Amino acid sequence: MVESARGAQVNSREVVLGNVRKALDRAAGLLPTTLTAPRLKIPILDRGRYTTLFGQNFEKLGGKSFFVREPREVAPILSELLQGKRAVASNAPFLAACGITGLPQVQSGFTDREALRAACVTADVGITSADYALAETGTLVMLSSPEEPRLISLLPPVHIAVFPQSRMLANLDELLAVLPNPAEQTSSMVLITGPSRTADIEQILVRGVHGPGEIYAVIV
Amino acid sequence: MTGQPSETINQTLGDARLQLAIYSATNRLMTHRAGAVRADLLPDYQELRTEANQLKKHTIEHLDHYLELFEKNVIAHGGKVVYCSDSQEVADFVLGLAKERGAHLIVKSKSMTTEEIHFNERLEKHGLEAVETDLGEYILQLAHQRPYHIVAPALHLTRYDVAEIFSKNLGVENEVVIEKQTKIARAALREKFLHADIGVTGANFLVADSGAVVVVENEGNARLTTSAPKIHITVAGIEKLIPRAQDLGVFLTLLGRSATGQPLTVYTSFLSGPRRNGEIDGPDEFYVVLLDNGRTKLLADPEKRQSLYCIRCGACLNHCPVYRKIGGHNYPWVYSGPIGAIITPQFHGVLKDPWLPFASSLCGACAEVCPVKIEIPKLLLKLRSEVTDAQRRQGVGGVERLAFGIWAWVMTHPRIYLMLARIGGIFLPLLPKVGPLGKWASQREVPKLAKTSFHQWWKAREVPK
Repeated sequence: MVESARGAQVNSREVVLGNVRKALDRAAGLLPTTLTAPRLKIPILDRGRYTTLFGQNFEKLGGKSFFVREPREVAPILSELLQGKRAVASNAPFLAACGITGLPQVQSGFTDREALRAACVTADVGITSADYALAETGTLVMLSSPEEPRLISLLPPVHIAVFPQSRMLANLDELLAVLPNPAEQTSSMVLITGPSRTADIEQILVRGVHGPGEIYAVIV
Repeated sequence: MTGQPSETINQTLGDARLQLAIYSATNRLMTHRAGAVRADLLPDYQELRTEANQLKKHTIEHLDHYLELFEKNVIAHGGKVVYCSDSQEVADFVLGLAKERGAHLIVKSKSMTTEEIHFNERLEKHGLEAVETDLGEYILQLAHQRPYHIVAPALHLTRYDVAEIFSKNLGVENEVVIEKQTKIARAALREKFLHADIGVTGANFLVADSGAVVVVENEGNARLTTSAPKIHITVAGIEKLIPRAQDLGVFLTLLGRSATGQPLTVYTSFLSGPRRNGEIDGPDEFYVVLLDNGRTKLLADPEKRQSLYCIRCGACLNHCPVYRKIGGHNYPWVYSGPIGAIITPQFHGVLKDPWLPFASSLCGACAEVCPVKIEIPKLLLKLRSEVTDAQRRQGVGGVERLAFGIWAWVMTHPRIYLMLARIGGIFLPLLPKVGPLGKWASQREVPKLAKTSFHQWWKAREVPK
């Protein structure tokens, strides 16, 4: 039965594409007319202001942000946030450089899917870095990689992202200018704009329905 | 006209609680949208709409090219593309794959395309469990209902309805606090996510130059659906293509704002292929089902094919005076509101629900807020004329045609007209109290006739010398 279904699919490809071409009156293999250049609008802002702008927008969404001058100032903030909690940290080198992976509450160094998942299921906090941050919308941009798995920013009820100021971009358009084709770098790019939320029951806003209900950004 | 709208419309209109729920939900969404597209916050909003319209027009008019480009890039990143003509083929594919992999549990994130093809029911018939994970959709699945709104699927239910649905289906205490209800759903669905064999999502966009699937959401259920199980299947209509990843700047800027007033939804996932070398988590297998299911029929009409530009933001529903009174379930198909009124007849044939294109005041609010500038009122008029033509061919609508035939004849014969106008002037005040005209007049002011007609006045006037 599976085999026959497969056979039908090969056929369906030709059927669907054939119907599309017939509807459009186009022959196979025709190239499209040229498209105009993508519309990307990147504001010219003082880069120094991005961090402040990001912080404002991130907090408007319900996140909390911290700014520190030196990597060594990060660990004390994290210790405070992690009091009485258990955390999983990603393998991002920046987290180690900030001394986060050495904290007693933090588990890190996962390379196995099942072990990582089990740790994330029970952890109170997930700690990651961020590949980029977008000032205009208060957005964290995460590219999945061996250093940065997907589940750490997703399964635990609290997400903390720690990243250097140099990752700050103006907006979505600047991100798309820097990464014109994200698929070349990763199987998964996620933009995170605020804590997980729903308003599905009576339009009442509730945080943390499936993803983390609390998010923090620590910018170095 | 045959095929009247269902009697449940009157129930909806008479249900004060439901009317308030629809009114306040759509009002809230309208206010949020208006706040997000304000000229001081988004000065180039109109240009973005034009750009989005042009991009969609270009893609739809060269759809075969972009489908093949998308397919090529999905394969390059290790994924597979499955073309399906109809819902049966989708079910066959998923069932075949599930059987081969020994899969039993499927988690799903909100997808109108799978609603369209009754995906869950088809799989359940074969012993698979398919669980909706968007909170609203989950509630509806437990209650065996279809979405009331594209963006806010359960807007017609109260916390008390949800309490009843949860206690009946999940064996929990009657819980009416919304935060706690959300926690109950989170816990129940977390179990499903962790044990699911397959994750099924829809797609907001399919990006041709990257072979990527873009999914936007607020809850995190789509991220879990695409990250936790070992197999990810996207089921999307062929019209979801956009040419380039860089075009997302235009579309994402418009989509969140038009839907809920958010500059960006909480999560935007850009997914291309299974997990790569060294990536610790993510699916091992990545499939994209490209579904026709009647879309190529729409594509064949050069004017009406713009219906396929829709990015499912729901703004036209919120702004529609008809949707805001009759709600989502009185529309005959999963797509409700103005967009439903133009695509349903094109998918199902104009004679199945002939009243649908007529259920509009043609106020144009839908076209004004559509982020991709679909000319909905114009298409409604076109569909109305198609309904009438089709009915004529079937010999339906004779009385109306006869009436207008007589009218036309009278209007082109002045003597007869004058005679009838004099007689009519005497009887008109009596007419509206009886028959169907009485119904019409009960909600309107019946126009009063002047004492003298224009003709009489013209004859009698004093002509200045």
